Amino acid sequence: MMSAAANNNRFHPLKFGLWLGIASIIMLFAALTSAYIVRKAQGNWVEFRMPPIFWLNTVVILASSLTMHWAVISFRKMKENTFRIALSVTLVLGIIFMLCQYLGWLDLGNRGIYIDGNPSGSFVYVISGVHAVHILGGLIIMAVILIRSFIKAFNPNKITGVEMMATYWHFVDVLWIYLLIFFQINLS
Amino acid sequence: MIDPAISPATHKVFTGDSTHHQDSMGEIHEPHNGHHEHHKENFITKYVFSQDHKMIAKQFLITGMFWALVGGLLSVVFRVQLGFPNQAFPILETIFGKWAPGGIISPDFYYMLVTMHGTLLVFFVLTAGLSGTFANLLLPLQIGARDMASPFLNMLSYWFFFMASVVMMASFFLPDGASDVGWTAYPPLSGVKESSPGASAGMDYWLVGMALFIFSSLLGGLNYITTVLNLRTKGMSMAKMPLTVWALLITAVLGLLSFPVLLGAAILLIFDRNIGTSFYLDNIYINGHALPNDGGNAILYQHLFWFLGHPEVYIIILPAFGLVSEVLATNARKPIFGYRAMILSMLAIAVLAFVVWAHHMFVTGLNPFVASVFVFLTLLVAVPSAIKVFNWIATIWQGNIRFTPAMLYAIGFVSMFISGGLTGIFLGNSSIDIVLHDTYFVIAHFHIVMGVSAFFGMFAGVYHWFPKMYGRLMNNTLGYIHFWITMVGAYMIFWPMHYMGLAGVPRRYYSFDAFQSFNMFGGLNQFITLAAMLVFFAQLLFLVNFFFSIFYGRKLKTQNPWESNTIEWTTPINAGHGNWPGELPTVHRWPYDYSKNGEEYIPQTTPLREGETGGH
Repeated sequence: MMSAAANNNRFHPLKFGLWLGIASIIMLFAALTSAYIVRKAQGNWVEFRMPPIFWLNTVVILASSLTMHWAVISFRKMKENTFRIALSVTLVLGIIFMLCQYLGWLDLGNRGIYIDGNPSGSFVYVISGVHAVHILGGLIIMAVILIRSFIKAFNPNKITGVEMMATYWHFVDVLWIYLLIFFQINLS
Repeated sequence: MIDPAISPATHKVFTGDSTHHQDSMGEIHEPHNGHHEHHKENFITKYVFSQDHKMIAKQFLITGMFWALVGGLLSVVFRVQLGFPNQAFPILETIFGKWAPGGIISPDFYYMLVTMHGTLLVFFVLTAGLSGTFANLLLPLQIGARDMASPFLNMLSYWFFFMASVVMMASFFLPDGASDVGWTAYPPLSGVKESSPGASAGMDYWLVGMALFIFSSLLGGLNYITTVLNLRTKGMSMAKMPLTVWALLITAVLGLLSFPVLLGAAILLIFDRNIGTSFYLDNIYINGHALPNDGGNAILYQHLFWFLGHPEVYIIILPAFGLVSEVLATNARKPIFGYRAMILSMLAIAVLAFVVWAHHMFVTGLNPFVASVFVFLTLLVAVPSAIKVFNWIATIWQGNIRFTPAMLYAIGFVSMFISGGLTGIFLGNSSIDIVLHDTYFVIAHFHIVMGVSAFFGMFAGVYHWFPKMYGRLMNNTLGYIHFWITMVGAYMIFWPMHYMGLAGVPRRYYSFDAFQSFNMFGGLNQFITLAAMLVFFAQLLFLVNFFFSIFYGRKLKTQNPWESNTIEWTTPINAGHGNWPGELPTVHRWPYDYSKNGEEYIPQTTPLREGETGGH
C-alpha cells in the first residue's frame, strides 16, 4: 500500500475531527465552569467539602489512562490477547469511576448538599454529571471495540479507531483532573 | 495508513473503477474494499439516507425552505395583529381555532408566533438552511474532494437536524402550544413552567429541539473544518481557496466554539425547569405563591446565551459574505478586490464575535465601565465590515456586469448590509442603545443586517448554484420579479421601523391600544403589514420557480453556465457520488482570474502560463 508511508506524515482527517470535537467539549465545560465563577461572585454561596471519594476516583481514572495506553501499545505490537486484557481492565476501571462518582453524590446528599439546594452544590452535581455522561460515552465506545476484538479476527488496520478511543479517554481523564482542581480551589 | 472501514474519507467508490483513486492528498489509494460493498444505490440510500454531500445539501436546502415558509407565515399572522389590532378576521378562527377566538389573535398565540418565528428563522433557516446547504454543496466541490471527511457524520448531521425539525413542528400541536417565551428563552420566564402556557411542554420541546439542533450543527461543523483542512486537492493551497470556502470554514469554527456554550446554558435551564435547581431562578412569586428557588442569577443565562448568540449572527452572515463575493466576482467579470483583505476581515470578525456579546445586555445593569469596553470592541467590528463592503463595491466597479438574478441578489445584499450595518453603529454605543433598546429600531437593525441580508446571500447562492445542484436552469424572468418585489418590499417593511423605534415604540408589545403616544403609528403599522404580506407572497414565486425548474427547467448544455473559474464547474453536469469521474482536478491558480490579459476567464485548473504567478 503506497499510501501507508505517506499518510503517516499527515494528520488523519478523522483524528483531526476528533480534536475538533474535543475543542467543542472544552467550550461546553468552559461555559459551565465560568458560569460557576460568575454565580459564585454574587454571594449567597454555601461552602462544603468535596466528597473524599473523588480523590480515590482520580487515582482510578489516572490508572485507567495508563492501562488504555498499554492497550494501544499492545495493539500496535499486534498482541491481541494483551490488548483485550488491557482494554478490559480499562473498561472495569472506567465503571469503577462511575460507581465512585455515584457514591460521591450519595455522600454529598448525606451531608445535606442536594442538587436542588444552593447553586454551589447544584453546580457540582451538574458539572460532574455532564462529565460522567462523557465518561459513559467513552465506556460505550470501549465496550464496542472490546466486543469486536473478541468476535472478529484481529485487524491491524483498526489502529485509527483504537487510537481515537484512547485520545478521547485521555481527554476525559484530563478533563476530570481539571474539574477536580477547579472544585477544590473554589469550594474551600 | 488509512483503514477504509474506519476512514470513510474517500470510501464508497464512484465510478465503478475501484482499483485506484487519487485521493484528495494526491496519493494513490488502496482499493476500496471495506465494509461498504454496496455501490448500487437504491431510492433510500440515494434520496433519504444519502451520504453524498450534494444530496445532503439539497436535503438541508429543502428542509430550510420549508421552515422559511412556516417561519415567514408566522410573521404574516402576527403582523395582522400589529397592523389591524383587535380587528376580527373570522378566517383566523377557522384556521387556528382557540388561538384566535372571534378571529382575533390571542396574546398567548401572538407570543408563540413571535418566539417560533425567531427560533425557526435564526436557527433552522439561516443557520442550518444556509450553512448546511452551501457548506455541504460547495466545500467538497470547490476544494476538489470526493466528499466530506466523514460522509456518515454528515448524514447524521442532517438527520439530527431533521429530528430537531420534527420536535419543533410537534410543539405547535401541543395543547398549550409551542414555546412563547421569546427566541432567546430568557429565564425566569423560560425557567418556570407556570409562567405562560408555552413555558410548560412547549418549552420542553423547544429545549429538546435545540439540543438536537446543536448536535447537528456540531457534527456538521467539525466535518466541514476537517474537510477543508485535510482534503484539498493538489495545488489547492489555502491562499487559492475561493472566498466561499474561507467563509464557510470560518463559520464552522465559530459554530464549533459557540454552540457548546448554548448547550451549557440549556443544560442548566433544563435542570432549573425539571430538577428544581436554582441556577437562574431567585425569589419568584407566581400566582401568589413563592417558588422555592433561591440564589439564582437570571443574567448569567444572558451571558451564556449571548456568548453563543453573538457569534451566531456571524454564523448566519459569513456564509452570505462568501457566496456574495463569489457571485459578484463571477458576474462582474473582474477579480475580487482585496482577496487577502477579505479573508483577514472575516477572521477579524470571527475573533471579535467572541468578545462583543455584552452589547446585547447594556440594559441589564451592566457596569458602565464594562459596557464601555464592549462598546469599543463592538464598534471595531465596523472596520472589517467596512473593508468588505468597500471591496465588494470595488469588485463590481467598472465591471462588465451580467445582471443575472444571482447577481442582483448579491448587489442587493451589499445594499442591505450597508443599511443594516450603519444602524449597528448606533446600537453599539451603550448610551444610544439604552434609549433604543427594546424598540422597533433594534428590530429594523437586525432584520436588515442579518435576516434580509442573509436571505439575499442565500438567494444569490441558490440562483447561482441551482444548475450545479439540478443540472437545469431556473427561470430568469420569475427571478427578476422575485428580486424586485423582495428588494423594495424588504425596505418597505423595515425602513419605517427605524422611525417608530426612534419615537420609542417598544418591541414585543401585543397591542398599543393603551398608549396614546404610539397611536400615530397605526397607519404605518398597517403599511408594514401589507408590505410583509406582499413580500411573503413574492417568495411563493421563488418556490414555484425552484420546484418547477427541478423538473422542467431548461436543461444545462454546458458544464460551466456562468463561465466561472472555480472547480465545481469542472464536474459533469449531473455528477455522481465522488464528483469527478476520473482523477481529481489539479489547481494551478487562484479562482479570480477574470478579464486577465484579455482573457474572459481562466479556470483554476488552467496551468500557469509563462511569466504568470499563481496568485493575485
